[in-house]
Amino acid sequence: MEPKTLFDKIWDSHVVQSVENGPDILFIDRHFIHEVTSPQAFNGLRKRGISVLMPERTLATADHNIPTKDQDKPIKDELSRNQVDRLTENCRENGIEYFGLNHSSNGIVHVIGPELGYTRPGMTIVCGDSHTSTHGAFGAVAFGIGTSEVEMVLATQCILQPRPGKMRITVNGSLGKGVSAKDVIMYIISRISTGGATGYFVEYAGSVIRGLSMEGRMTVCNMSIEMGARGGLIAPDDTTMKYLRDLPSFPEGFSPDFLHGQWNDFQSDPGAVFDRELEFDGSLIRPMITYGTNPGMGMAIDDSIPRINDIKAEDTASFLKSLDYMGFEPGMKLLGHPVDYVFVGSCTNGRIEDLREFARIVRGKKKAAGINALIVPGSKAVERQAVSEGIDIILREAGFELRQPGCSSCLAMNEDKIPAGKYAVSTTNRNFEGRQGPGARTLLASPLVAAAAAITGQITDPREFII
Amino acid sequence: MPKEKFVLLESTCVPLPFENIDTDQIIPARFLSATSREGFGENLFRDWRYDKSGQIKADFVLNNPAFGGKILVTGKNFGSGSSREHAVWAIYDYGFRAVVSSFFADIFRNNALNNGLLPVVVPEKFLEKLLRLIGSDPFQKVSIDLENQVISVIPDGDAVQFDINPYKKECLLKGLDDIDYLLSRKDLIIAFESSK
Ligand code: SF4
Repeated sequence: MEPKTLFDKIWDSHVVQSVENGPDILFIDRHFIHEVTSPQAFNGLRKRGISVLMPERTLATADHNIPTKDQDKPIKDELSRNQVDRLTENCRENGIEYFGLNHSSNGIVHVIGPELGYTRPGMTIVCGDSHTSTHGAFGAVAFGIGTSEVEMVLATQCILQPRPGKMRITVNGSLGKGVSAKDVIMYIISRISTGGATGYFVEYAGSVIRGLSMEGRMTVCNMSIEMGARGGLIAPDDTTMKYLRDLPSFPEGFSPDFLHGQWNDFQSDPGAVFDRELEFDGSLIRPMITYGTNPGMGMAIDDSIPRINDIKAEDTASFLKSLDYMGFEPGMKLLGHPVDYVFVGSCTNGRIEDLREFARIVRGKKKAAGINALIVPGSKAVERQAVSEGIDIILREAGFELRQPGCSSCLAMNEDKIPAGKYAVSTTNRNFEGRQGPGARTLLASPLVAAAAAITGQITDPREFII
Repeated sequence: MPKEKFVLLESTCVPLPFENIDTDQIIPARFLSATSREGFGENLFRDWRYDKSGQIKADFVLNNPAFGGKILVTGKNFGSGSSREHAVWAIYDYGFRAVVSSFFADIFRNNALNNGLLPVVVPEKFLEKLLRLIGSDPFQKVSIDLENQVISVIPDGDAVQFDINPYKKECLLKGLDDIDYLLSRKDLIIAFESSK
């Protein structure tokens, strides 16, 4: 038999039928929904007079526009409240499991899927959210879809998709001190640009990827979309199995040992052909930070912003527009630049390991005067775990406060906005103009870089704090 | 449900010569709280159209009465970022029926095709010329012939072919809808699930 990629194995086993000259009808094992991209889809079903075909395969949470304080009180903003209420009703009407506000399993959709055992190797997973790529960390084909496609999946449990190209990104070597999964993916994006993987589904491989925890792998897969990829995935291994076995609970009918004896089905075969292959040396990666207004505009934290001569002529206008928005100059160094806000959270870096990393640095120190910090766990479970490990106390003693879970400042749909002109070191995935509030200036980085900024009040190399 | 059919489009264009325009620029997240598909055009490119106090920014092209039309022409890597279909709804609601660029983000392109907004991919050189022409002459017309997959400058005649998935082309030309298509195969889907 022809050697196959992991992606193709999963895809092929989910094709119901191929449309002649067209896309495949792909069966979807798991569908996640949230309040922002689903109401119009349910309206669509109503107009057609049909109901959800397989409601047990959809799971809902409220995360995008909820407050991260006083979650037990009604949501103040009327439009947000209405959107969450609509989701609650839509789930009730259609028999969809819903982890709403104050539910003990509530959280950001891409954080709760894995931690509740709903994300598993070999699955096809979609959600009306581009960071669905996160779930690929478990060896699943997971990708973001638009609302028309949400309606399609609710109505038919299938999606019409052309098969994307396949790319493999191998990161070999080993990571240095203070370098995390976030730096690995930011480094890759800075090398290949925000459109560098458009049209492809990426498999990550190599010793650096193998060495990452599940949390770290989720961070890497999460930002696949930031280089334009449809999604990213990592072949399951012992780390994956251990994570699944250690989960506190499993959905009904699921045994974490189901992969036993089927390992070959969940790896790319030796000799499998990828449309594009890239390789990076992990030992060259340093802690990263962005200086511009797209995630491809990143550099090592102790580097300088490129000069005009380093930029291709046709890109100069966009480059300068971006620096102008950020209030930076070409060739400038960022170390020592003052910071106003620090945000730790999101589906990129809102998991327990991220809070541990942040706490590791700030422990026994004090928050810098003038820094506003938002520390937002990715889910209720992460919040509980942080409290049980005493992370909330470490944070409080250092002058920080652990908030309630949600997307929060990642897209600033709730009140957690960064004011215009202010600099925020953020552990999120997008530094677009206005992403964290109109006029906000976002610097993407790892939780370690965020912690170093939070206690010094400026952009600081986190390696200074790691002995 | 049948949609509006995409017939031959002949129109003036609106030039937006920036690269990497992401969905947060097309429609900022703070306008995503609606639960219907209508009315997003009002906030299309909100932060480029209005300043902080809500005043119109006169130098932005959508605020320039000289420019108008059903075709948006824009720099490469258009629509990157979030999967929000609201971006497509906003562009469509504003009155555009096609977006021309040299490169689109994947999810944006799918969303556009699912909503009757035609994404037209043209070579870099053609795009440069087009942006130059329409930037200097707001009356310059362009025609997009989906049947023959050709975009041409009127009347100068310079034209290029563009690609589109044949299935999607058929859907747009006939105003067909993916969900109707899939629903007609419901038995097959149910059988597939039970065989898994
Ligand atoms: S945390 Fe940010 S990126 Fe993740 S799902 Fe929420 S809004 Fe999207």
